[in-house]
Amino acid sequence: MHVHRLEKIWLSIGISMLAIFLVVIAATAFGMGMSPPSEHHHTIDPTQVTTTAPFDDPGLKQTGDNRYEAVMIAYAFGYEPQTLEVPVGATIDFTVTSSDVVHGFEIVGTNVNMMIEPGEVSHISHKFDKPGVYLVLCNEYCGTGHEYMKTTIVVK
Amino acid sequence: MKQPFDRRDGKLVLAHILFAFVALLLGGVAGMLQGTVRSGMITLPANIGYYELLTAHGVLMALIFTTYFIIGFLYSGVSHTLGGKLLPGVRKLAWIGYATMSIGTVIGVIVILLGKASVLYTFYAPMKASPWFYIALALVVIGSWLSGFGIFRQYMVWRKANKGKVSPLFAYMSVVTMLLWQIATIGVAVEVVVQLIPWSFGWVDTVNVVLSRTLFWYFGHPLVYFWLLPAYICWYVIIPKIIGGKIFSDSLARMSFILFLLFSIPVGFHHQLMEPGISGFWKYTQVVLTFMVIIPSLMTAFSLFATFELYGRSKGAKGLFGWFRMLPWKDARFFAPFMGMLVFIPAGAGGIINASNQMNAVVHNTLWVTGHFHLTVATSVALTFFGITYWLIPHITGRVLTARMNRLGIVQTICWCIGMFFMSGSMHTVGLLGDPRRTAYTTYDDHPDAILWMPYHVAMAVGGMILFIGLLILAYIVYSLMRAPKGETEYPIGETAEGAEETPRYLERWGLWVGIAVVLILFAYTLPVIDMFQTTVTSPGYVTW
Repeated sequence: MHVHRLEKIWLSIGISMLAIFLVVIAATAFGMGMSPPSEHHHTIDPTQVTTTAPFDDPGLKQTGDNRYEAVMIAYAFGYEPQTLEVPVGATIDFTVTSSDVVHGFEIVGTNVNMMIEPGEVSHISHKFDKPGVYLVLCNEYCGTGHEYMKTTIVVK
Repeated sequence: MKQPFDRRDGKLVLAHILFAFVALLLGGVAGMLQGTVRSGMITLPANIGYYELLTAHGVLMALIFTTYFIIGFLYSGVSHTLGGKLLPGVRKLAWIGYATMSIGTVIGVIVILLGKASVLYTFYAPMKASPWFYIALALVVIGSWLSGFGIFRQYMVWRKANKGKVSPLFAYMSVVTMLLWQIATIGVAVEVVVQLIPWSFGWVDTVNVVLSRTLFWYFGHPLVYFWLLPAYICWYVIIPKIIGGKIFSDSLARMSFILFLLFSIPVGFHHQLMEPGISGFWKYTQVVLTFMVIIPSLMTAFSLFATFELYGRSKGAKGLFGWFRMLPWKDARFFAPFMGMLVFIPAGAGGIINASNQMNAVVHNTLWVTGHFHLTVATSVALTFFGITYWLIPHITGRVLTARMNRLGIVQTICWCIGMFFMSGSMHTVGLLGDPRRTAYTTYDDHPDAILWMPYHVAMAVGGMILFIGLLILAYIVYSLMRAPKGETEYPIGETAEGAEETPRYLERWGLWVGIAVVLILFAYTLPVIDMFQTTVTSPGYVTW
């Protein structure tokens, strides 16, 4: 098929840019550990969340030097526990599941943004370098009270 | 070649187009109200919920307006270019399809307005709507299949009667569009019929949530190309004729459509990048395939501007950009789709950002995404469809677009662009700040971050009102077109530039292309779906509204 010389140039530039984008994405995702969250199945019976470890005891546990695990349950329309408090510079490993429908888990002002689905446990980590009251909100429509579904993380 | 449009086909096409515009108007009322609610300007009277409006808005705009308009438009072109009229069997099939879709739409709208299905147009399980909502959706899909089969039938009969000839470009593109639709809707049909309907009736207790979302997005991304391809048909085939130019290359136009068929389906995971239960390898694989589908859009951009430049230069334009001024800016049939093309540049760039694997975390489920598809489908596609309407209704009804209506068409386009600039612009900006989509008025207990979003919500509402005015102008134009003076309006079908090479035959070897499409789909989905069957724990249903 004949392709005009200028179109060849145009497509070559375009396709090269796409290739560069893809290489950058792959390098940062697979080489520098910036993959999207929760890639592997970590399943749970969604009807037994509150009696299944670790969700039978949701909350913050110190796991290392200024490192914490936050075990959280998303439900219509809130998060358990209601609020978390950590020192500045703390890294939190979030372990979150849903006890009913699909929810979102977004921490405003950070890159923490993941889906919480019944039957699956989602994981993500974030280091809180700045003090403040971080807003955690549900960004996936989950019912009438969706706009009230939130919690906070106090970093000080 | 002047040929009046077959009267019986005209009725069929007009029925589709008018149904589409009624849906658009109702969906627009819902959309305008949402903007005012979210910005805190009004609160809805007692019994109307924000999420009912949102569901109605999404279903009426994204599913009903688009599907009806597309089927009507494709049938008009198929009738016009494949023999001048539809075969009796095809016309009957199209009417049965229309009736089936319409029954589905009416049931669906009633169930939504009764508040039995406030699950938005993505209806993510385990939120469990009334079974009649899912049945309504199934009817819409089945109706659209019947209409698609009619287009295939007309095309096959034409090919048999015209052995050795290359099919008309419009018909070829219509076949690709409906093939894409048939293959894509299999996913949502399986989700609705096999998973959701039995579960919603209570015949089975639980549903595989991860699988249902995967089936939905297997359909959900090609859905946006199902909206876009008919707009591309207008850009490739109709616009060159309207400006008085030629189609740049028939073969490249067909090739770009084939690439859309191949690469727009095995890419649904780029809507699920932030989800559990799908491995990073398969997410990235589908991101790569997603980027492939950008190539035919690059080809399209080149072809369109080549057509514009060749036309301008043939009229004596000088300098690098002199041809730009030669374009018929005062013709609404050109101006509306052209603004659509222009908007597709930032819209497409935004799409690349969304699909960029881990970078999706910055914008996922924020208003940025809403802003994105209000540029793609609600501006690029919608303005193109409006531009089509300005000659299609006059053509099939034997009337003319008056100078006054043409001016109104220009005003409508400008109004739409200004409204969208405010609305989509604020959505993009505030989305980057983390403002979630699909959320009613809230300040999250006066959290300072959320308070900062409010001015953007006001700008969104203002944009929404300007858009609503645009919609009223459009409704007035459609109404006037139905009563316009009698006369002859041409069906603008472009011709290929002289000296362009002959179209290669392999482009119409459908077995080959559908085969490759199936192989790509199986490659992208087989292993992750097996994984979903093996490990996922199913969930009971909930009514949370």
